[in-house]
Amino acid sequence: MRRVVVTGAGVVSALGIGYDAHVAALREARSGIGPIELIETDGLNIPIAAEAKGYVGTEHFNRNELTLRDRVTQMALTATGEAVAASGIEISDELAMRTATVIGTSMGGQHTQDDNYRLIYRDGKQRVHPFTVPKLMANAPASWISMEHGLKGPAWSVSTACASSNHAIGQAFHMIRSGMADAALTGGAESGLTYGVLKAWEGLRVMSKDTCRPFSKTRTGMVQGEGAAILVLEELEAAKARGAVILGEVVGFGMTADANDIVQPSLDGAARAMGAALTDARVDPSEVAYINAHGTATAANDKTECAAIRQVFGDHADRLLVSSTKSMHGHCIGAAGALEMVATLSALKSGIVPPTANFEEADPDCDLDVVPNEAREADVACAVSNSFAFGGLNAVLVARRFDE
Amino acid sequence: MSDDIRQQVRTIVAEQAMIDVEQVTPDSTMDDLGLDSLGLVEIVFAIEEQFGVSVPYNANEPNSEDFDISSVKAVEDGVIKLVAEKG
Repeated sequence: MRRVVVTGAGVVSALGIGYDAHVAALREARSGIGPIELIETDGLNIPIAAEAKGYVGTEHFNRNELTLRDRVTQMALTATGEAVAASGIEISDELAMRTATVIGTSMGGQHTQDDNYRLIYRDGKQRVHPFTVPKLMANAPASWISMEHGLKGPAWSVSTACASSNHAIGQAFHMIRSGMADAALTGGAESGLTYGVLKAWEGLRVMSKDTCRPFSKTRTGMVQGEGAAILVLEELEAAKARGAVILGEVVGFGMTADANDIVQPSLDGAARAMGAALTDARVDPSEVAYINAHGTATAANDKTECAAIRQVFGDHADRLLVSSTKSMHGHCIGAAGALEMVATLSALKSGIVPPTANFEEADPDCDLDVVPNEAREADVACAVSNSFAFGGLNAVLVARRFDE
Repeated sequence: MSDDIRQQVRTIVAEQAMIDVEQVTPDSTMDDLGLDSLGLVEIVFAIEEQFGVSVPYNANEPNSEDFDISSVKAVEDGVIKLVAEKG
């Protein structure tokens, strides 16, 4: 069977611009959560988020480019540029036909939508900018990545809320493994820190006013974030033949639907997704050392996820390290899985497991080793990354350390 | 009045074509200036914003007689007419 490896990664997040900045902050348990500065916060009840404050579009694109690219696309393209450069992959005419572009985003160009709807609804304007549609459409990041890098194989966007980029990476992985493609640019991007989107989240009453404390008894809810993470996936032999540096191997992907509730998570759906991913990976649960949890810091998620982990891993659950890096980069919705896959790959490669930051007090309903507040050195040969979306759509990835 | 409108239209066209306004001549066509369909749509948007008019331009019927875009002069004439109609 064809094997699939990650040969490059690029990141834009609240923790910094670039893979190194993101991973360094994770190791230092440095949170990117703070007061919102990107937009006017008058009228917001919850004025905190994990903003990519260091990311300024005009530093990466000229005026004409910005005319057609929402912030979500800007971030996706910046992360892609880094991933491609880091991997050293050369997209020949032949490889271009065999390279897929699969990008997760929950809501697409929300700044474009918010800015332009405000013009017509509030300001009484009669018209919006002519490029409003191509900027806000959810496939814009995928399309721009394919255009900028000349990728002519299968390309599409995936929108499954908080699981979007795990679904994207999983499908890209399966396409390469099955022979439908030889390489893929995959991951996710989200930039939904707009007045309208934040008001919508406030309405659900699940947002924290202070910070994100996954698995902590004192948790107060989730914190919205923004960012992008893009991976270069390649078939193993091709990657080896060109001498690529391999960050890790993607070995399994499982997806399930709860068929239960539009917002409440389900233990059964989450457990079946983890089980399906392990089966797909031909990995025994006892081989897994680390789980990058969905870990949103909502009571519903954290308890359900811990119970699902216990159900799947049995006694081995007590030997697992389980952390939620959302405590640092926030919940980046459609980019969450990709940012967390970067965290997972870095744990495999370096043997340093990122912590659950902002942790205060153990919760008996989350009685796993959640790696509180400090990164941990550990021998991580195999890891799992969970994403469980609103609407009960679950996507779980399994990755292995690549030992030559 | 109309000379002023012509100058403003040329400035809009020049900005979209990313050239100096002196290079925009009455006879220039959109093709001559390197403007594609998106550039043209942006010009129409900018004209509507600047002059407070509604330009009857549909990208599916670029040669429609409602609004002639065959040259810079044609566009200028069209805008002068629209501004006059607005009163």
